[in-house]
Amino acid sequence: MCTTCGCGSDDITIDGSVPHDVEHNHDHHAHDRGTPDDHTHAHEHHHHETRTVSLEQDILAKNQLFAERNRGWLAGREVLAVNLMSSPGAGKTSILERTIRELHDRLPISVLEGDQATSADADRIRAAGAPVVQINTGTGCHLDAHMVAHGVARLAPPRGSVLLIENVGNLVCPALFDLGEQARVVIVSVTEGDDKPQKYPHMFRVADLLLINKIDLLPYVRFDMDRCIASVRDINPSAQVLRVSAETGEGMPGWYDWLTRHHARAAAVA
Amino acid sequence: MHELGLAAAVVETCTEHAAGARVLRVRLEVGQLAAVLPASLRFCFDVCAKGTLVEGAKLEILETPGRAVCLDCGDGVLLATPFGRCRCGGSLRIVAGEELRVKDMEIA
Repeated sequence: MCTTCGCGSDDITIDGSVPHDVEHNHDHHAHDRGTPDDHTHAHEHHHHETRTVSLEQDILAKNQLFAERNRGWLAGREVLAVNLMSSPGAGKTSILERTIRELHDRLPISVLEGDQATSADADRIRAAGAPVVQINTGTGCHLDAHMVAHGVARLAPPRGSVLLIENVGNLVCPALFDLGEQARVVIVSVTEGDDKPQKYPHMFRVADLLLINKIDLLPYVRFDMDRCIASVRDINPSAQVLRVSAETGEGMPGWYDWLTRHHARAAAVA
Repeated sequence: MHELGLAAAVVETCTEHAAGARVLRVRLEVGQLAAVLPASLRFCFDVCAKGTLVEGAKLEILETPGRAVCLDCGDGVLLATPFGRCRCGGSLRIVAGEELRVKDMEIA
């Protein structure tokens, strides 16, 4: 079993099938093939004698390795990859649907959908007109770089396109896992309350852009916009903030400009 | 919840480097701003170690405090949360407390 994401188990599926049945483009199982030469570690078995082995290794090193591989693969094809994160119900899929409908003619967009279960979101994205691959994490609470590697291999985003990765709805765990994206977008909706940034500082710290969604509902909810933005500033002084409504389309052009600008930059770097 | 994935990665790293030897003790460095609960990590470590060379190993977690430097006045600040402001009102850059490392292990 692959311990990076546990995808040897039946838990994780890409478009409904176990990833290693779909394609097997990693050679990380090579160490399972034991040959007599393999065992060259000359450790002596003195009982009761212990030895300290210095490791100094990042716990997330494996994920980081996959993330860098993804980043290289994407950069080589001039693909802009954006990791979208939020709590469940903040409007990630609705923002994607509208973005695809209004931007697809100008920017080719494909989507990786992360959810614990069902292909409901992938169906919505497909109906909006973009190629999509659904990753189901089973009990997993976030996407990791290894799952994304499998998803990207299946999706095969075309050269010069935009890859939008919708992470599992969760404001905690996804913040820790680099997927190989060029930018991170965090979405918070006005119905969630203006104290979200202070409650989940880790997520807001890693954001390059914050989208405050559902602003069409502002007259009906208690949400102090200034307070929300000020607390984001405390946590992350450099994050950009845009106010949008995926429902009415208000503010969405600012988000499209941001995407277009970053897309041009991804092509320039490659 | 992500502690389970982290614990699995720790066990995998130790197993790889143990080269068949039994692992008696593992030392981790976990920053207090790293969004990781030591108690949860400990629980998951025991679960992930079952049936491996790491089973039964003692887990020591060295917690490193959060430290930041003020971008305006350059003062050093101790942090309990991954955000805050300097006494002078300036924004902070975190310089320590986000570590997530396997430091070393004792094998026999």
